[in-house]
Amino acid sequence: MDEVIVVKNLTKRFGGFTAVDDISFEVRKGEIFGFLGANGAGKTTAMRMLCGLSRPTSGDALVAGFDIRTESEKIKANIGYMSQKFSLYEDLKVWENIKLFAGIYGMKKKEIAFKTDILLKELGFVSEKDTFVKALPLGWKQKLAFSVAIFHQPKVVFLDEPTGGVDPITRRLFWEMIYQAVERGITVFVTTHYMDEAEYCDRVSIMVDGRIDALDTPKRLKEKFKANSIDEVFYQLARKAERKAD
Amino acid sequence: MKQLLSFTKKEFLHIFRDTWTMMIILVLPVVMMLLFGYAVTTEIKNTNIGVLDLSKDELSIKIIDRIDKSEYFSLKKNYSSFKEVESSFRRSEVGVVIVFDENFSENLLHLNNAEIQVIADASDPNSAKTLVNYVSNIIAQSLKDLNKAPQSNYQITPELKLLYNPLMKSSYNFVPGVMGFIIILVCAMMTSISIVREKERGTMELLLASPTKPIVIIISKVAPYFFISIINIITIFFVSYFIMGVPINGNILWISLLCLIYIFVSLSLGILISTIANTQLIALVVSAILLLMPSMLLSGMLFSVESMPVVLRGIAQIMPAKWFISAIRKLIIMGVDLKYVLKELGVLVFMGVVFLTISIKKFKKRLE
Repeated sequence: MDEVIVVKNLTKRFGGFTAVDDISFEVRKGEIFGFLGANGAGKTTAMRMLCGLSRPTSGDALVAGFDIRTESEKIKANIGYMSQKFSLYEDLKVWENIKLFAGIYGMKKKEIAFKTDILLKELGFVSEKDTFVKALPLGWKQKLAFSVAIFHQPKVVFLDEPTGGVDPITRRLFWEMIYQAVERGITVFVTTHYMDEAEYCDRVSIMVDGRIDALDTPKRLKEKFKANSIDEVFYQLARKAERKAD
Repeated sequence: MKQLLSFTKKEFLHIFRDTWTMMIILVLPVVMMLLFGYAVTTEIKNTNIGVLDLSKDELSIKIIDRIDKSEYFSLKKNYSSFKEVESSFRRSEVGVVIVFDENFSENLLHLNNAEIQVIADASDPNSAKTLVNYVSNIIAQSLKDLNKAPQSNYQITPELKLLYNPLMKSSYNFVPGVMGFIIILVCAMMTSISIVREKERGTMELLLASPTKPIVIIISKVAPYFFISIINIITIFFVSYFIMGVPINGNILWISLLCLIYIFVSLSLGILISTIANTQLIALVVSAILLLMPSMLLSGMLFSVESMPVVLRGIAQIMPAKWFISAIRKLIIMGVDLKYVLKELGVLVFMGVVFLTISIKKFKKRLE
């Protein structure tokens, strides 16, 4: 199976408001898929449906081979998720957070202990094992949150604006971590506000008013829109938007 | 099951690592008990009393002696004129002054009409009223015992008999009240805040996106507060029984059953609040204003519900604390059988089921 995510005519309405309007796309195994769009374009809603957090009004999608309508529990066991807000438990220690989330995903105690040591070495966090998460700098927290999200080796990891509010150097390091995750066979589905980050993606989609208006590799998108950067492509498309950002 | 255990452990860690939470749930109950027991007391003990005895005969001296010997009063001042009485009140030396007429016993014996004046400082009307009542009771009792009561055939001496709480100890009243209050505080307020905190910090979304079942999240959230409430109840009983001397007359089994049902109602209220509120502040305000304050004021803990205006009486009926306090009072102090509190139990169970049903529905809806 080459496609990890297959989306067909996915739609979500809240009353009279169509947040996600008939979108279709595929995400291939092992790619970094950038999911771009202005605030209020429907990115988060679409992502929540793919994570099994929200039911679609119509349309279908398969994530990691499971139907988002009927097999959301199986999907949840096979994905990783990192939300917009930094979200580990601040009053738990570094290792306690790792252990808790690894346990949620059904990992065995021995495996957790073994992998925790490796992870802490990789991150250079060995001396911080017993530190409370609230005492870590934001950049470190973000790195830890990402590591926790992929700790159980999910098929896909969904990252919802993972680098919001992080300094450029940490962002750079963060993207290096994303590449490492891909090398380990994890597919990455990422939303972002930073257009320069879009250039790091294998393919990007740009959402405007709930629809996907463009989807291709960054290079081909630039050619198609005769633009120098994804930033320009984005502005050309976003200008057409009728919906107000929230 | 393993998941549930590790989640519950995590919840306990959240509680143990937060000093304020620990203070509120473990220290507050004891502080409240002691506060109500020794500071906010409505009972009378060793009130200073002054006497202006213009007759100075055998009978008046005997009565004064009796009042002085009672545990409620102690004789502080003997005056010789009314002027002294007034300045003594001003200096707050005494709470009550008793004035015996000149020729007090003569008048009583021969004219069948003697006057004793009881003067109290009514700037605090409630305690003044209680003081005057106490004094008059003692005087009436002494006259009767000394066989010098007015001999008139038409004289009716009211005799008060206070059931269940003959000494009018206020601890009998506040112990059930403090329990009602603390359980609401711990179960409803702390639980709702702890659930909403996860929403606010974004960790709830992470949990919902994981294979954890929502029911596991809720049970693990609720479990620590359930245990803490039981500890609180035991602490309160311990303090009230061994330190305040409040008897436990009823069946321990029924009392425990009642407490468990009340904890269940409070926990479901907490979950309900957490499904409505999106920030910790709102959860706090909602539980404080809609639950804590009314539980304190309308539950019959401080003021009798029967003497409230109709509207407040109506509001009191929907306060779980009111029903709990009423039932627990009957069980521990009156020592009645379970069948006399079936109504209260029924209402509480009904409330718990309603709250839980609504919150489960709301919780599911939120996931949509």
